[in-house]
Amino acid sequence: MEKTLDTFKIGEKGVIIKVNGEGVTRRRLFDMGVTPGANVKLVKKAPLGDPLEVTIRNYELTLRKNEAKQVILKVEE
Amino acid sequence: MIRVALAGNPNSGKTTLFNALTGSTAHVGNWPGVTVDKREGEYKRKGFEPISIIDLPGIYSLSPYTPEEVISRNYIIDEKPDCVINVVDATNLERNLYLTTQLLEMDVPIVIALNMIDVVQKNKDEINYKKLSKALGVPVLPVSALKEKDFSDLMQTVNEEASKKRKGTTLLDKTKLNDLINQIKELYEEKDESNSLFHAIKLIEGDSIEKKDHDKIYQKVEEAKSNFNDEIFGNDLEAIIADERYRFIQAECSVSFKRHQEVEYIVDKKGRKKKVKEGTISDRIDKVLTNRVFGLIIFAAILFLVFHLTFGEDLFYLNAMGVFNNTDVTLGVGTTWEGILFSSGAGIQSPGVLLQTILVGFTDFITEQVGVGLDLAGASSWANALICDGILAGIFSVLSFLPQILLLFLFFSILEDSGYMARVAFILDRIFRRFGVSGRAFMPMIMGFGCSIPAMTNTRTLATDRERTATIRVIPFFSCSAKLPILTACAGATVTLFGVGNADLITLGMYGIGIVIAIIALLTLRNTTLRGETPPFIMELPAYHWPKFSSLMLHVWDKCKHFVKKAFTIILVSNLVIWVLQSFTPSWQYIEYGDEGFVTSLTTNDSILANIGKIIQPIFTPLGFGSQLGTFGWVFAVGAITGLIAKENVIATFAMLGAVVASVPGVGGIVSDIEGASDVAMMIQATNINIPGILAFVVFNMTTIPCFAAVATAKAELNKGKLKNTIFFWLITSYIAGTVIYLVGTWWWTTFIVLVVIALLIVSIHFINKARDKRANLTLKN
Ligand SMILES: Nc1nc2c(ncn2[C@@H]2O[C@H](COP(=O)(O)OP(=O)(O)OP(=O)(O)O)[C@@H](O)[C@H]2O)c(=O)[nH]1
Ligand SMILES: [Mg+2]
Repeated sequence: MEKTLDTFKIGEKGVIIKVNGEGVTRRRLFDMGVTPGANVKLVKKAPLGDPLEVTIRNYELTLRKNEAKQVILKVEE
Repeated sequence: MIRVALAGNPNSGKTTLFNALTGSTAHVGNWPGVTVDKREGEYKRKGFEPISIIDLPGIYSLSPYTPEEVISRNYIIDEKPDCVINVVDATNLERNLYLTTQLLEMDVPIVIALNMIDVVQKNKDEINYKKLSKALGVPVLPVSALKEKDFSDLMQTVNEEASKKRKGTTLLDKTKLNDLINQIKELYEEKDESNSLFHAIKLIEGDSIEKKDHDKIYQKVEEAKSNFNDEIFGNDLEAIIADERYRFIQAECSVSFKRHQEVEYIVDKKGRKKKVKEGTISDRIDKVLTNRVFGLIIFAAILFLVFHLTFGEDLFYLNAMGVFNNTDVTLGVGTTWEGILFSSGAGIQSPGVLLQTILVGFTDFITEQVGVGLDLAGASSWANALICDGILAGIFSVLSFLPQILLLFLFFSILEDSGYMARVAFILDRIFRRFGVSGRAFMPMIMGFGCSIPAMTNTRTLATDRERTATIRVIPFFSCSAKLPILTACAGATVTLFGVGNADLITLGMYGIGIVIAIIALLTLRNTTLRGETPPFIMELPAYHWPKFSSLMLHVWDKCKHFVKKAFTIILVSNLVIWVLQSFTPSWQYIEYGDEGFVTSLTTNDSILANIGKIIQPIFTPLGFGSQLGTFGWVFAVGAITGLIAKENVIATFAMLGAVVASVPGVGGIVSDIEGASDVAMMIQATNINIPGILAFVVFNMTTIPCFAAVATAKAELNKGKLKNTIFFWLITSYIAGTVIYLVGTWWWTTFIVLVVIALLIVSIHFINKARDKRANLTLKN
């Protein structure tokens, strides 16, 4: 099943298929390891529901739902 | 001398290594983006030619995202170091090696320092260095910048590599991009550009700096791009290259990393299988600290505790709770140290106040002895006044705040080095977004409590220009350590004189007012002159670890040195000037005073300082410390002006004036154990200023133009032409804030007028913005 990262539930895991968007923000996401093939796990949400914390390539990354919307993943069953 | 640059991801330990190699004390912290400028040091060991080491800001890639990352890229391209030590966080290989794959494309010798090897060993993970070195084609050496002392192996290798030359290599040569890369590379070579491989690949990636510099060649890339077709990415070359890099890392490098297999179950004594607790300690602490319900409350509690431990007069609220109302227990009665640790009148002091009391006891003793000594030596009364009331009173009034400043600084360093600050940015982002900045802006703001200068420099880590400008403008409102004396002394004086409230809470409240003004200012700026999209928030959250005692002490010691140096240079000189101005009339007659008051008919009111003060005084009338304050009213005007040089001067000026004002009838006789409070109290008695007026004075000083040094930093960090507006902004903000506080505090009904004005402003800003958006949309459509 394909899903964007901002719709993930806590604890859910997936593999990145595609990163949409353009410009510097997408570039930054690439540089931080958010590229196709990477395994992602949604660890938690901040107290006010946003931003998100994910584990990717063995480290913790935080990004907003707005940016997470651009990341499309295949959800692990 | 050969030059070696340290490059690597943020938080990989470059500065720790730099400090270890050069014996420097540069700032280290568990936060990505501590270093924001390059810094040079020298590696000197027996048997080695001295090597120049350059610490650079951390970067995730060679396509910079923020200004401090540009510094790193430009250094390597333009300054051409003889060798680059690529500091790689071994616990985070994949992401760190992504930068390595780009560094390898440059024509520079590279040595990889696999840092944090102590953590890898502790986790029982294994890394095959030989395999890694072979895959990358450059030497790889394991180090622990934090634990090791001897880096001669690393530096030996660096020396060897530096003497060879290295041509850039790329992993992309095995991909279908290879032809295009070679083609573009040749075009660069024709122009005699060095690092041709690196430039070619950056251009193909569509790097914005590269595109701007070489738009002609970029047309060739565009052509090739239109013919390119990848089954997954189409002609999105940027994505293809990023993908290839990570693919290479996964295929060639990750195999050299063997993760220790966690046991899932342990068998207890009775032979039952028990599940091992999930997650590391770090994870479990984190669950509490960033809890959805308590995260924000915990943060507020920590902040309160930090301030309370620093400023609390009544640490456990024993006095406030009236525990000792009927018994008089004061420790050390009759000695200099009466009530120092504990007194029934005040309860138990916080560590900050305690240390301060001890220091003040000491400096008072020195002043007294020097005074006696000078008298014995037959020094004239003006010499005695110059030394005791001028130089010593001023400097000591400033130095007495050193313990509290250092303690506050220590607490923030602990929070930073533990990794908690990054979580706070995570927690607060949602709220900060409403004010038009990202959670990242939290770091420069909290640094502002220490000193505005490094705080302003740290805004380089913010992603957009407008966010940066807005943050720089509000940083002074986060009251720095130089303003701390103004806050505590005025709070103390208010409590002792008017008998209202609790000095501790008033101080905290004043910090609070500063923060509120910062929020209002941010909202206003981001809706008027600095309007723009909310900047994105993408940040690494570093693992928690125990703050290291030695590096904490280094920070505190650095801060201490800086402060003492400032007291004996800029503040000493300002004090001398102020003393001369307050002791002589415009016709250079000395205004003599003794224990019984002024000796001649001349008083301080006739001094040069008073004459200057009286000219400016009317400006501050709307703020409550202007013309309404009678003959001595100029002291506050003068205080505010001397603060423009250094904020410590405000209280130092009062301390010097205290000695003379004390001889005015009806002034004096106030005893307060809060440092500086009795001086301020005397100013209040001499001028009859009311409480809102004092508050307005504090708020004015807090939000107006910061000290010279901070203005110079703002000038350097802001875009060209922005400084003038920024200074104007500070003036306006402080003037309005002071006026509002004075008006509302003095005549409560003015609240309604203020509210109506604010409402009108909000409505008009809203409509103006709407009209602007409409126009922008129209032009877009056309
Ligand atoms: N356990 C361990 N921790 C380390 C080591 N080296 C650095 N650290 C810690 O890692 C954190 C980051 O260190 P810094 O030296 O500030 O990192 P940096 O690369 O200069 O970071 P930026 O300036 O933000 O780019 C600090 O908390 C250090 O104490 C190491 O070898 N072992
Ligand atoms: Mg650093």
